[in-house]
Amino acid sequence: MDLTLKIWRQAGPEAKGEMKTYPISGVEEDMSFLEMLDYLNEQLIDQGIEPVVFDHDCREGICGMCSLFINGEAHGPGRKITTCQLHMREFKSGDTIYIEPFRAKAFPIIKDLMVDRSAFDRIQRAGGFISVNTSGNTIDANAIPVPKENADKAFDAATCIGCGACVATCKNSSAMLFASAKISQFSLLPQGQPEAKERVLNMVNQMDLEGFGNCTNTGACEVECPKGISLENIARMNRDYLFASLSSNK
Amino acid sequence: MALDSKIPAGPLGEKWTKHKGEIPLVSPANKRLIDVIVVGTGLAGSSAAASLAEMGYNVKAFCFQDSPRRAHSIAAQGGINAAKNYQNDGDSVYRLFYDTIKGGDYRSREANVHRLAEVSRNIIDQCVAQGVPFARDYGGLLDNRSFGGVQVSRTFYAKGQTGQQLLLGAYSALNRQIAKGRVKMYARHEMQELVVVDGKARGIIAKNLVTGEFERHSAHAVLLCTGGYGNVFFLSTNAMGSNVTAAWKAHRKGAYMANPCFTQIHPTCIPVSGENQSKLTLMSESLRNDGRIWVPAKKEDAEAIRAGKLHPNDIAEENRDYYLERRYPAFGNLVPRDVASRAAKERCDAGYGVNKTGEAVYLDFAAAIVRYGKEEALVKGVNNPSDADIKALGEKVVEAKYGNLFQMYEKITASNPYKEPMMIYPAVHYTMGGLWVDYNLMTSIPGCFALGEANFSDHGANRLGASALMQGLADGYFVAPYTVGEFLSKDIRTGAISTDSPEFEEAEKVVRERTDKFINNNGTKSVDFFHKRLGKIMWNEVGMARNEKGLKQAIADIQALREEFYADVRVLGSANGMNPELDKAGRVADLIELGELMAKDALERNESCGGHFREEYQSEEGEALRDDANFAFVSAWEFTGVPAEAKLHKEELTFENVELKTRSYK
Repeated sequence: MDLTLKIWRQAGPEAKGEMKTYPISGVEEDMSFLEMLDYLNEQLIDQGIEPVVFDHDCREGICGMCSLFINGEAHGPGRKITTCQLHMREFKSGDTIYIEPFRAKAFPIIKDLMVDRSAFDRIQRAGGFISVNTSGNTIDANAIPVPKENADKAFDAATCIGCGACVATCKNSSAMLFASAKISQFSLLPQGQPEAKERVLNMVNQMDLEGFGNCTNTGACEVECPKGISLENIARMNRDYLFASLSSNK
Repeated sequence: MALDSKIPAGPLGEKWTKHKGEIPLVSPANKRLIDVIVVGTGLAGSSAAASLAEMGYNVKAFCFQDSPRRAHSIAAQGGINAAKNYQNDGDSVYRLFYDTIKGGDYRSREANVHRLAEVSRNIIDQCVAQGVPFARDYGGLLDNRSFGGVQVSRTFYAKGQTGQQLLLGAYSALNRQIAKGRVKMYARHEMQELVVVDGKARGIIAKNLVTGEFERHSAHAVLLCTGGYGNVFFLSTNAMGSNVTAAWKAHRKGAYMANPCFTQIHPTCIPVSGENQSKLTLMSESLRNDGRIWVPAKKEDAEAIRAGKLHPNDIAEENRDYYLERRYPAFGNLVPRDVASRAAKERCDAGYGVNKTGEAVYLDFAAAIVRYGKEEALVKGVNNPSDADIKALGEKVVEAKYGNLFQMYEKITASNPYKEPMMIYPAVHYTMGGLWVDYNLMTSIPGCFALGEANFSDHGANRLGASALMQGLADGYFVAPYTVGEFLSKDIRTGAISTDSPEFEEAEKVVRERTDKFINNNGTKSVDFFHKRLGKIMWNEVGMARNEKGLKQAIADIQALREEFYADVRVLGSANGMNPELDKAGRVADLIELGELMAKDALERNESCGGHFREEYQSEEGEALRDDANFAFVSAWEFTGVPAEAKLHKEELTFENVELKTRSYK
């Protein structure tokens, strides 16, 4: 198929960026979207043009490294997929495709389509863990039974891949779906209880410090989330936050 | 240098406990004066960095991804083994040890494998304490499933995302230490060179991938947790960035590379679809719990399918060849990976393959869906369920078990595996070979350690499913943090290591020159052009089946490719700032050298064992013929200037606790 690609090019964090147009032909339906970009880059190299820089790694939808705003949607058309799982059969010959980076104040652009999402790491460091040392002598794993329903919900929350689609999609650039997923995972498990109050207060605080916006219940994040992380998690986080704020000793 | 594996004396089951007790301790005050570098933040790296920091060492951790959470351990699907015997099916530490030795085709070290089996139980306890949400049954206790090559259920899992959950657990432990300032994290940094001072690993040259700057980092020890080298085949289930550079730089500085030809070709991957494909996707081995593998029994049916004239659902039961169940009745679809892969290749080579390419077999869930559906109907009290009811109920059960894998498959292939069988074909997945390490996980460079897939020690010639996660976390949480003490206890008076020494100077110079060479090369072909060609040579001659002629050809071809690469590679852009093409060029340069060593190692090993199948050494039935009299050793290669002239050192493997037998899954 023949396509017209409109791609955001930006030489560096401080440089001015712009949309550039690249016609491309010979794209096959079975190519993934990133393979299509590889294919474009090979042609650009042949022409002596610097290839387009984009983040990617596992290419099977789990590492969370790939991003891209494609035709105005995080990870492009299709639900519950990452960009690397998007295939060209979703497009038709003659289409024009707009490719932009994930945009948010807290996600500064590094180059072209690559952004810095280290703010997510800092939110996790503020409390996204259970304080247990590696002793080898913690109690037997089966000594902590967890009701299956809670275990399953904790798992569902824990499947967040930290890609940032929620932030890029949200009109407020809010990271609440991301933060709430980790907070919920631990909030639903007995192991997470001792530090629950501190965790939610610290992680929410860090989220604000990083410059992410607030949630106004639009729900777009849930729709665009490649892992289908539920808005329920935000509700749980808000409840935990309120409870912690009112009852914390700090 | 003579190879000393430093295996402790004493009975097998007591070696580790005794050794751990005898390793000199470093006092907390002294630990604060000791720096440790950890390269790579997958399961082995994250867990090691976190544990060492907990102990009190100053840790610097490096990863080339934008966050330590992205390391490719995240993509592991099926599960993690542990000898818990929660299912009351007779599992034990000894049985896990035995299965692993046998599964590895008797090419791994008894002592290392037994230690792995011992600490496997601690891993599950640790991960649950961290809040890793493993699958549970209705009683709230942990659930298990079976994997290939074993007859017990010892695999713990979190749907098809076990690697993700375990890595996020280790990442959380790492984050806790970063927050405390005990680990300094360097993301988007890639190790370019190992710095050896007075014969000891004392630091690295790292590249800041965002700015292009080279940085000198010193430490008293360097831990390489940088994964495997499957990307030497270009197409593999590895992440795009996975590479051998850190390990290879250590090899060039004196670390021996062990058994590089032992590569695992995983039987259940989504088949190759076209020339522009960049990577292959695994379908978890856990699917073989419920999926039955088959090809048409009649060649004309296979041809009709390839031509698009016949649908697999229309082939009658008696016209299907469930070849694994036929050839290996005892283990059936759950034979180990090497056996399953070769059997698929055999059928496809014989002309029974499906897919347009003829290089695919079916993995069929229809029988499992009906079986589960009937069970659910009983449990839910559905009277006289129709076939459609049974199917619907069964599909729900299968979805609960493998939902994300089925979804992944459908997204890639546009085919619905609930309604028609999956198509699968073997693909490169894991490398058992790696840096040679002693019992303490130290390479032949004092102070340089290798953990996880980057070392060679535990899986012999074939890794069992769900054992990679076990080994990565065993090395990182429970082995290396203790064993580094033996080396570091001698360093308490050393003081901080300077980065101004001639060794650091020289290492940085080498890196700068290499970078400048690529940028100023003005060649005509992209890096991928060469990487793809390397992959083709490796897959055709050093892949699932190897022979003397092909391996010799491969060596000659790779040497020629290497020359062409340096003469004609084209890297655009500059050395300052983000330049992924430049980074890729450095990685591919090292993969080319490694590829040659792999071929040389495969040529030297005149036997078939595990993932290494030499066509000259097979039984009349096509099974692998191992040669214990002449090849029960680890090949450890010393770099002497070029891969062709690498010097072979042999570490003889002694088996005191298991009897060497022909591996049979019949």
